[in-house]
Amino acid sequence: MLRRALGLLPRPIAAARARSFSTDLPAAHTADATFMEAWNKVMPNMDPPKTPLSFMHPRPPTPSSIPPKLTVNFVLPYASELSTKEVDMVIVPATTGQMGVLPGHVATIAELKPGVLSVHEGSETTKYFVSSGFVFIHANSFADIIAVEAVPLDQIDANLVQKGLADFTQKLSSATTELEKAEAQIGIDVHSALNSALTG
Amino acid sequence: MTSNAAVPFWRAAGMTYITYSNICANLVRNCLKEPYKTEALSREKVHFSISKWTDGTPEKPTIRSDSPEE
Repeated sequence: MLRRALGLLPRPIAAARARSFSTDLPAAHTADATFMEAWNKVMPNMDPPKTPLSFMHPRPPTPSSIPPKLTVNFVLPYASELSTKEVDMVIVPATTGQMGVLPGHVATIAELKPGVLSVHEGSETTKYFVSSGFVFIHANSFADIIAVEAVPLDQIDANLVQKGLADFTQKLSSATTELEKAEAQIGIDVHSALNSALTG
Repeated sequence: MTSNAAVPFWRAAGMTYITYSNICANLVRNCLKEPYKTEALSREKVHFSISKWTDGTPEKPTIRSDSPEE
């Protein structure tokens, strides 16, 4: 969908993106002059269509000194869990291990594995169990965490976790095809992660 | 570019990332405590109505409500 929009309006988007990196530009009215003229000739009484970029706030530029707080956007497909929340640190369960993200972290894209995400703000820590997702850390100390499913730890039922772990361990030993083995292995990974989240 | 070394086990078994991610999410949802579990499972329910077309006219639609499986 965006690709078609890009085909129709190549220049406004490129121009807007080029301009949005300078400071202080409002996101709203970065429309291409040629497009506006052509539009006004055809449809003088209607407002021009808004492009997706005009709805987005341009990302704040990278400051020259490390900011004191990390700004976190934590989103799920059905809800926005944290939206531009300023925190001191988040620890994300990346596939390469638990990654601590502080303000001034190098720009990184990390894939998440099932595990615990903890958000540290002052003296309080909020923990979520994340099923999988990605984290995008930008150079300006903004972190976007995208998860498919994330639950606070107290919503997890320990008995179901144990039962699931036993089930999948048994499925792995009785699995025949590669796909069944992979599914059983995924089950074991997720349930062991849930288990260590509850006990750890 | 780089060689495809060290693919994750699920990709080696022919599964895509989105399938893997949905399986993980479903497993987590199935391990929740009671009120949260029914909320989560009902949130993820998918209903769709299908009608087959023959000779340019639609037949009576059938409704499928599957809970999503991978």
